[in-house]
Amino acid sequence: MNRRSLLTIVSATAVSALALTACGQAGQGGATPGDGDGPVELSMWTHSAGNPAELEVYQQIIEDFNASQDEYVVVEESFPQGAYNDAIVAAAAAGDLPCLLDMDGPIVPNWAWAGYIQPLGLPTEITDALLPTAVGTYQDEIYSAGYWDAALSVFARQSVLEENDIRIPTTDEPWTIDEFDAALATLQDAGYDTPLDIGAEDTGEWWSYAYSPMLQSAGGDLVDRSTMLTADGALNGPEAVEFFTWFQDAFTAGYTSSSGTIGNEEFNNDEAALSYTGVWNAMDSLDAVGDDLLILPPPDFGQGVTIGGGSWQWGISASCDATDGARAYLEFSFADEYLTEFSDKQVVIPATASAVEASEHFSEDGALRPFVELSERFALARPETPAYPVISSTFEKAGKDIMNGADVQSTLDTAVREIDANIESNDGYGF
Amino acid sequence: MTTSTAPSTPSLPPTPPITDGEPPVAPPGRRRASASQRGERRAGLAMAAPAAILLLLFLVVPVLLAFGLSVTNARLISPNPPRFVGLDNFVRAFAADPVFVRSLINTFLFAVVVVPVQAGLGLFLAVLVNQKIRGVTAFRVIFFIPVVTSIVVVSILWRFMYREDGLVNSFIDTITFGAWQGTAWLENPSTALGAIIVLSIWQAVGFHMLIWLSGLQTIPEELYEAARMDGASPWQLFANVTWPGLRSTMVFVLVTITIAALGLFVQIDVMTQGGPVNSTTTLVYHAVRKGYREQETGYGAAISLIFFVLVLIIALVQRYLTRDKD
Repeated sequence: MNRRSLLTIVSATAVSALALTACGQAGQGGATPGDGDGPVELSMWTHSAGNPAELEVYQQIIEDFNASQDEYVVVEESFPQGAYNDAIVAAAAAGDLPCLLDMDGPIVPNWAWAGYIQPLGLPTEITDALLPTAVGTYQDEIYSAGYWDAALSVFARQSVLEENDIRIPTTDEPWTIDEFDAALATLQDAGYDTPLDIGAEDTGEWWSYAYSPMLQSAGGDLVDRSTMLTADGALNGPEAVEFFTWFQDAFTAGYTSSSGTIGNEEFNNDEAALSYTGVWNAMDSLDAVGDDLLILPPPDFGQGVTIGGGSWQWGISASCDATDGARAYLEFSFADEYLTEFSDKQVVIPATASAVEASEHFSEDGALRPFVELSERFALARPETPAYPVISSTFEKAGKDIMNGADVQSTLDTAVREIDANIESNDGYGF
Repeated sequence: MTTSTAPSTPSLPPTPPITDGEPPVAPPGRRRASASQRGERRAGLAMAAPAAILLLLFLVVPVLLAFGLSVTNARLISPNPPRFVGLDNFVRAFAADPVFVRSLINTFLFAVVVVPVQAGLGLFLAVLVNQKIRGVTAFRVIFFIPVVTSIVVVSILWRFMYREDGLVNSFIDTITFGAWQGTAWLENPSTALGAIIVLSIWQAVGFHMLIWLSGLQTIPEELYEAARMDGASPWQLFANVTWPGLRSTMVFVLVTITIAALGLFVQIDVMTQGGPVNSTTTLVYHAVRKGYREQETGYGAAISLIFFVLVLIIALVQRYLTRDKD
């Protein structure tokens, strides 16, 4: 009797465990090679769960692709951006990556090095037509391609600049850093308590995306790009120290602060006169400011203006067993009409020249045309090395410490040591 | 599960004298007893099994893995297989990682303040809400609400309150009639950890109030009556009746607060990310940042292991200091 009741308990447990496992198994997608009956399923993950405009276009493309042929069926699953990279890393560890996945530009070399993704293998006429920053490469091999890029600029009100006799900069003649400082001082005197919203309240990749171009404009960099083996001299050289000293002083002088709200509210409410922000905030500001809105190049810190490049891009996982289908889908999706669609709905710069001209906001007389020129002339991709996640995290930490008053030189030296130790412990990441 | 000599556990149906598999001869009394004992033991094991398996799977195995990983250069994402590096990770932590050392200091600073303050405040609140007055349940609920609120939500709200133009500063401004201006609490290296300490105590004190309260209610009323008859003052009542009666509660409260305080993570992750200038980085936060976000699994495991050993030592010392001396 006892033995039997124990047996019942054990078998009940086993059955429920099996049932749970089965549920888990059933939940998994994944490409299964066609075995004669029905089309091959191509699993696809996107990070755009919180972005209905973007998701809508993807669903349109998938629908069109699935209808256009009967060999493959793309099955899409979307994740919130915050959890997306974790989901990919976990799926890769479990050997369960989807066939098609999107990823933020700077992480492409890391995932390529780790063997998550395989060379893209799209026809060169597609990838050549794209903006250089919309293509992800590692060791001279293309691993990803994106439909769009974003761009950074300084927003201002024409009326405010004219009132205060501040020269309106152009892409040919941007503000020098001295001019920029003078403008900030003037605006502060004119009643703007913190004239510049630099976005320092934000966290994560924004820091590297927004402030490493400033560092590059000053002559420094995140890492020595000629070898990719050390950050020494690039991140802690005299140019870098000069830039970060400016950065620290801007906070001390009250030109900018880290206590605003994420987004562009301060500028739209005319509490900040200038805002260092991206194309994604342009529509709101256009609504708030109208014709008075100026989209200006960021200041030149000495070596020419630089802005960040590289947004979300698509790749094919190394474990995909229907590579041809994945490639066919990507080829299909890079049609200009979809690029234009993304641009119109999401307000991002389309990756091909023809789609730019066809788009609503970025065409010749579109309201956001200045971004196209900024992106074409000044965009610089973040360093294409698998060490990038560590570099970015270290840069953010160093930047925040300096913002909060840490000693510039020693903070940068520590950051360099950390990055170099990491590169070394990874045997140079294949460089 | 220790009552192996009890006649039968309530969860089992009454057993017939003969178990299956035994020869149908009337067995001697002793044999019958041991058969039912064996049955109980099995039932006990079966009931302990779910917890034991889960603990094994999600606690013991990861701890053993951490031991193994901490002497390698294992990475979360890497095509290269992990290599044995001996004690390099531990040397690196203490000799070449100033953030780790800072994390160690911050973690202890946090615990040293939080443990006595939170335990004391919890006891004070428990004594307050232990009185037989009308509406005392309402106070118990009010003090307990922060505990059932997600710590992530609490942290986000307090982050707004601590801002330069936040609630805390406007409160200070109002009650001092503008004489004293607060700072941006979380952005100032000298106030950030203090700000997090205040929030953490506020959030968790309700839980320990409840534990103290349960301890208070186990003290028999007769003891108080007897002491009052002897003419004890309220303070004497507390020192000679209440406090000795709370001894085992105190041990529990101290150990749980200490362990929770040493494991400080969520508030840091949500509010300051270890900044400004490392003033709020903690051991667990540093382990997560290194081991997961920067993908150095091996080094992260080494930090976790150091943390594990430290917590173990502290818990043992506490156990020794609060042992029953008789």
